[in-house]
Amino acid sequence: MATHTLTFPVTDENEILKLRAGDEVIVQGHIIGIRDRTQIRIFDQGVEPPLDLRGAFLLHTAPGVRKLDDGRYEKVCIGTTTSARMVRFTEGLGSQYGVRAICGKGGFPDEAIEPMRALGMVYFAIVGGAAALETTQIEEIEEVLWEELMPECLWKFRVKDFGPLTVGIDAHGNSLYHDVQARAQDKLKELYARL
Amino acid sequence: MLQPPQLASDLQHAVEDAAAHLYVWALKDIPQDLRDALSDARHRETSVPGKRVLETIHRNINVADSEKNLVCQDTGIAVYHAKVGEHFPLHPARIYEALRDGTARATIEHPLRSNAVHTLTRENTGPNIGYRLPIVHWEFALDSDELDLKCVPKGSGSENMSFLKMLNPADGVKGVKQFVLESIVGAGGKPCPPGIVGVGIGGSADYAMALAKDAIMRPIGTRNPDPIVAELEDELLDLLNETGIGPMGLGGDVTVLNCHIEHADTHMTLNPVAVNYQCWAARRASAHIGADGSIDYDNAV
Repeated sequence: MATHTLTFPVTDENEILKLRAGDEVIVQGHIIGIRDRTQIRIFDQGVEPPLDLRGAFLLHTAPGVRKLDDGRYEKVCIGTTTSARMVRFTEGLGSQYGVRAICGKGGFPDEAIEPMRALGMVYFAIVGGAAALETTQIEEIEEVLWEELMPECLWKFRVKDFGPLTVGIDAHGNSLYHDVQARAQDKLKELYARL
Repeated sequence: MLQPPQLASDLQHAVEDAAAHLYVWALKDIPQDLRDALSDARHRETSVPGKRVLETIHRNINVADSEKNLVCQDTGIAVYHAKVGEHFPLHPARIYEALRDGTARATIEHPLRSNAVHTLTRENTGPNIGYRLPIVHWEFALDSDELDLKCVPKGSGSENMSFLKMLNPADGVKGVKQFVLESIVGAGGKPCPPGIVGVGIGGSADYAMALAKDAIMRPIGTRNPDPIVAELEDELLDLLNETGIGPMGLGGDVTVLNCHIEHADTHMTLNPVAVNYQCWAARRASAHIGADGSIDYDNAV
């Protein structure tokens, strides 16, 4: 299991293709915060997102922030929410907008494996609940779009040494979640027989 | 007996102060028993992604301490456990008002993210308060003039992983074990493992789930006073950690930190089992409030 440092947005597809499920990744550059309502607006209500998502790293988040007098936002506590609720947007994010990485907690179910393989995307597992640390790795909230969806806006964060993340699903059809679940189901049969 | 108005009003303010303090304290400073359990898990885990997760949790707790920030961004749904002594001179109706006001004050003053919405319109209903929010579990004590108050802000990621099954009596204890195991395996990484599995057995459908929530509020690793139930807690803890789900569902040895069970006697035809999951950030803070309004904070209980 290798360790990589990646800067987002990525322009070279090979940066994504070299990652394998289980690898450790540290992220630099810019990442985009989104959540349920943000994606419902894009895909169910058909509203074009007002920023370029090509090569982007998306984070499943609803930040705790403080609004300053000049209209900018200051971070209070920024963490990550459960990804599984938002798996149905994966294909569209890749095929229509060129998103390359989705990061959240708890993993994506198996329906994400095929679009991620076909579109050269990865799922990064972050440690859910580790928001105090995550907040220190977000240097600045650079832009907030669709403010009326607060806190489920489109957030542009500049990050430094964001992670460590684990590649949960790679672009080659491998998913740690699938493997762990398959082994656990086998184990359950053994445990039930012992009860 | 009618209370002098000034005393009742002072006491209500004391309870409000305690609630406001407990909510923020719980979110920032996790209890020592949980720190010890997470530290033990970090030394025990052998999988590479699992160790990475537990190391990150360790770093996160230290950062929350040094930055005085929240451990987790999810300020949760405010849940309190109030054990009211029969001689405590403030009526539960006023205690509830104080808990609501304290929750709102903490949310506004800190500020904390407000999560409370109308369940149909999804519109925000206020600073972590709303219709029937916060949630209070009540208990009453004879021969006491104190209020024991506990705040357990409950994150949604783990609360969403709650499960209820009305088993048949013939399914027996084996059915209970199977249901707990299949629930935790099915939840995978979603409830932020490794955490506390709360199990409620017996009673009725609604009561079993309330008992499961009471179970996750206990200091970690405490055992049910009934030895038969305590034995089941030990057995389930070992079985759950054999499933290999691991920290954040990435695979490993530590799937849960512990398993707590609360039980009630039930109808001969019923065999309810409820599972309520508490994430690794098992936030909890407590206070004893005296009849004179004195507050003794103690997060060891």
